[in-house]
Amino acid sequence: MKALSIRGLRKVYKGGVEALKGIDLDVNQGDFFALLGPNGAGKSTTIGVISSLVNKTAGTVSVFGYDLDTQLVDLKRQIGLVPQEFNFNQFETVQQIVVNQAGYYGVPRDVAKQRSQQYLTQLGLWEKRNSPARTLSGGMKRRLMIARALLHEPKLLILDEPTAGVDIELRRSMWDYLEQINKQGITIILTTHYLEEAESLCRNIAIIDGGSIIENTSIKRLLATLNMETFVLDLDPNSVSGTVTLQDFQWRQVDDHTLEVDVQKSKGLNSVFAQLSEQNIQVLSMRNKANRLEELFVNLVEQGRQSGSKAGAK
Amino acid sequence: MSGFNSIALKTIWIKECTRFLRIWVQTLVPPAITMTLYFIIFGSIVGSRIGEMGGRPYMEFIVPGLIMMSVITNSYSNVASSFFSAKFQRNIEEMLVAPVSTAVIIAGYVGGGVARALVVAVIVTLVSFLFVDNVQLHHGVILVLTVILTSTLFSLAGLINAVYAKTFDDISIVPTFVLTPLTYLGGVFFSINLLPGIWQTIAQANPIVYMVNAFRYGFLGISDVHVGVAMGVIVLFNLAFFVIAYQLLQRGVGIRS
Repeated sequence: MKALSIRGLRKVYKGGVEALKGIDLDVNQGDFFALLGPNGAGKSTTIGVISSLVNKTAGTVSVFGYDLDTQLVDLKRQIGLVPQEFNFNQFETVQQIVVNQAGYYGVPRDVAKQRSQQYLTQLGLWEKRNSPARTLSGGMKRRLMIARALLHEPKLLILDEPTAGVDIELRRSMWDYLEQINKQGITIILTTHYLEEAESLCRNIAIIDGGSIIENTSIKRLLATLNMETFVLDLDPNSVSGTVTLQDFQWRQVDDHTLEVDVQKSKGLNSVFAQLSEQNIQVLSMRNKANRLEELFVNLVEQGRQSGSKAGAK
Repeated sequence: MSGFNSIALKTIWIKECTRFLRIWVQTLVPPAITMTLYFIIFGSIVGSRIGEMGGRPYMEFIVPGLIMMSVITNSYSNVASSFFSAKFQRNIEEMLVAPVSTAVIIAGYVGGGVARALVVAVIVTLVSFLFVDNVQLHHGVILVLTVILTSTLFSLAGLINAVYAKTFDDISIVPTFVLTPLTYLGGVFFSINLLPGIWQTIAQANPIVYMVNAFRYGFLGISDVHVGVAMGVIVLFNLAFFVIAYQLLQRGVGIRS
């Protein structure tokens, strides 16, 4: 059974903006799935429809077999939603927020209070349980929204940019936590602008742009299509006497001790090192530059837009 | 949405009661102060020169009206401000993503409005004891029923106002330009029998006349309108406002894209 199945989903907002143009999407049970796209691509609208905050124009949505139109109560019970913006009552305490949310899902108050200790402790918020939400830091508020989404123990957790504005250390700890609950069996759908996040956490990915899915595959398969990688070489400045030259490669000398080289997978790096040795240049260290997924993402979105504009020109 | 989620209803109600109790200085103290001033100015100072109204000392005559006035304004403003704040801060989404039916959302918010109205009614009644020696109850059932139905009605009205409101100013327009005039003209301070012919007929189109008089009947046993008719009018308004509120929330007006 699919955790999420979407067919022909369309959303036209008042005013005529077509945010979703008939998308199809499947997410397997237990998956850690990334939904990527530039701003305004339709990610949040898709999540809004799944969580019934946005009324769809056409199409079908089912979550663990429960249909959005005919089995809404059962569908809602399967989902925990962590929205992009803080949407809790800033004047309520941390524990009130999570216990109330569980109450809306029909979890008895005493059970909700017990679970609140478990989840708030796991997310490092138990000490803050009696603090009004407005007094929390940005990172704590993000974690509060995750705790709130988990208290009714959903099978599908949807996170809309959960680590936006969160510092690196906290982001890593949130990743660890999400990986942990995914291993426990919770299916996770994640939208993010941090492509490194998607690459580190997710197994499958869909890229959405202009209301259409332009790619839907596994992260491994997607990365395999990337045939060019950029390497950053740290050179010994004492060994570099002038301008470095490399035949058959695209390269940039950033400064007297840093070289960036674009390498096609078929070519390999041996020739780069051979040519540098011939020039008596010492390579001290080397690393892969930037985010491979980011490069792919930009390429795919640009290709999608170019083909869209060509189709429009016809 | 099918199924009655009683835990969600209890949760919303507790949340609403916690809210108005947390800000008691804003919600419970002002009616006590305002009504004390009404009792002093209209009851003691002006009332002593008026004498009797409806066969009762003027101070006794205005007590039920002033209690009902507090019930109306507090039930209305409680739901209007709470629901609009939930919209404004977007924490209404906490309920919308959960399996909470429209009827339960309405019942929870209205329950909060009724609870605040009842607490305020008790406070204003206790304040009235400072000014009236001989407080008596003529018909307890009518009295309680009128308070509950009236506070339910104005809680629903506050909810409808909040659904349409786009700014905090929008939730003060109706109380200022509609509610206050209707309340002042609704027989709180005078018997509508004192009005000249045509104005008496016009006054009967004001629903608050029926609420004030039904409550006054429960308190003092006097009313300008037939109590059965008054109760019928209040129930009909409740049904109409519930249907409107239900349709608005079910369609997601102001809360769903």
